[in-house]
Amino acid sequence: MDTNNLIVYLETEDGRVADVSLELLTKGRELATELGVKLEAIAVGDDLSTVEEQVMPYGVDRLYLVSDKRLAPYTSIPHSEVLINLFREIKPQICLMGATCIGRDLGPRVSSCLHSGLTADCTELVIGDHTDPKTGKDYKDLLYQIRPAFGGNIVATIVNPDCRPQMATVREGVMKKQVFDPAHKGEVIVLDPAKYVKDEDFVVEILDRHIEKSKINIKNSPIIVAGGYGVGSKENFQLLFDLAQTLGAEVGASRAAVDAGFTEHARQIGQTGVTVRPKLYIACGISGQIQHIAGMQDSSIIISINNDPAAPINKIADYVINGTVEEVVPKLIKYYKKNSK
Amino acid sequence: MSLNIIVLAKQVPDTRNVGKDAMKEDGTINRAALPAIFNPEDLNALEQALRLKDANPGSTVTLLTMGLPRAAEIIREAIYRGADGGIVLTDRVLGGADTLATSYSLAQAVKKFGNYDIILGGRQAIDGDTAQVGPQIAEKLGIPQITYAEEIIDLKDGYVTVKRRLENGVETVKSPLPCVVTVNGSAAECRPRNAMRVQKYKYAASAGEAARLSDERKALLEKRPYLNIPEWGAAFVEADPTQIGMPGSPTKVKAIENVVFTAKDARQLDGAADAEVEELVKELIANHTIG
Repeated sequence: MDTNNLIVYLETEDGRVADVSLELLTKGRELATELGVKLEAIAVGDDLSTVEEQVMPYGVDRLYLVSDKRLAPYTSIPHSEVLINLFREIKPQICLMGATCIGRDLGPRVSSCLHSGLTADCTELVIGDHTDPKTGKDYKDLLYQIRPAFGGNIVATIVNPDCRPQMATVREGVMKKQVFDPAHKGEVIVLDPAKYVKDEDFVVEILDRHIEKSKINIKNSPIIVAGGYGVGSKENFQLLFDLAQTLGAEVGASRAAVDAGFTEHARQIGQTGVTVRPKLYIACGISGQIQHIAGMQDSSIIISINNDPAAPINKIADYVINGTVEEVVPKLIKYYKKNSK
Repeated sequence: MSLNIIVLAKQVPDTRNVGKDAMKEDGTINRAALPAIFNPEDLNALEQALRLKDANPGSTVTLLTMGLPRAAEIIREAIYRGADGGIVLTDRVLGGADTLATSYSLAQAVKKFGNYDIILGGRQAIDGDTAQVGPQIAEKLGIPQITYAEEIIDLKDGYVTVKRRLENGVETVKSPLPCVVTVNGSAAECRPRNAMRVQKYKYAASAGEAARLSDERKALLEKRPYLNIPEWGAAFVEADPTQIGMPGSPTKVKAIENVVFTAKDARQLDGAADAEVEELVKELIANHTIG
């Protein structure tokens, strides 16, 4: 079988492929085409019957399925072993995973065993050449793994010149999800789990699990009302929910607001949360730490409501309303109700 | 049951205050130019370790850190808060390591340490935010890992039960010992310093630090062996030279750019002026941004 392809690890919950995996397939398709290699994908779990129809439209050339009751929910060692053993056979040049609780648990274990480089939380993936500054050796078509570092103050381009696969994780929402061809069909290979994972790999037992289907969908909302530390309190945050309801928007938050307990982590926008690009972003009491701006700067229109004229976010805003959240947000609600319909 | 507990910790540059001389020309971090702090989530891990020690009298908590000799600062800090001691893994040849070479070096130190029941560490360090070193050490040691831990619920009969905090929920898992547990910032905060311990250990120093101390302080270190913080080098932990430092790192930094946002010309509105706010709302409705 051909080797040296690009493979995406598909995260599944109850048989459904995660959005972040579909986003990576979209990016993976683009990179595989550029490299002239196949786009492969692997799903490891229990009920994988609909994975094929879910992922083929994204342009997968070859899908590996490894199904066993014990492989769902995810546990570290069994999933790692499947990938490690499969990668030894198919020798992918690139492996992409979501920068999720699963991908960030699985990726390091696989990369450690294969002695391959892994770059976490990439915000861009590009193919390019590289010359080693010490040896002068040239490398063609490496994966540039571009990621913020140092609290978002710098952006680093990382390469893995000699080790394969070149592994990278990417957060949900960073790459765009786009169907390649609704009629696309690729090969499906069902692997025998017994060949890839041993009974003694199942050492960690899940006693209890409460996973809620996230009701919060800030990523796909066309309008986002986001609050920062400057909102001041959990009570004031309610004003943001009122505005969001009026506009048909979702509520987001900066890390500082989440850390202060104003709202839940699922609403966090920025490098350690979700990346969003809505058509309207209303930033309420958000100063605009670089980490936050990285997650929302591609919004079409940005309104900043802040009583600090020097707030960094004002620099990237289209409209700056100088005032407090308590003062301005009720006015927005009032005048929207008055002027809409 | 008494336990041997290792806490992996890192002294990190305070990434909230980064100056322009923070990076060296080769793209690695100039740690000397930045204020160095105890990585926040490693303190959460230390608290979980100290709770295990409280519940299992006779246990020992040992901090293991890799870095410059001055990383002994976080070992003193940990001792003030209740840890029994610590080791600084420090050697010029370990410098410039990526996460994989770091994990290998630390795993070698753990092997040298020998008898351990559980290894705890923060989920990730604030300078790199990778969360990779914990799982990679687990793999190198051939033991299970539990990431995103929020609380150690129970440890008995060779098993540990841990509550994990995931994106959309919680999970309780049970793993055989030994294992690596990485702890989230959402876990309990670390207890404060204990004044008695500060008094007793404030002159503790590593060999690297001791070299620059007065003769009086050196004499004190000789008189009170418990004040000596051990420093281990690459050869001492029997590290393979091809797997450490920059040469042992599969990932290379190709380029570094500072983040600069281009300022737009924003329209300024006065929040107190109702007419201005209404005008904006009307405009957004008219161009179908809202409504």
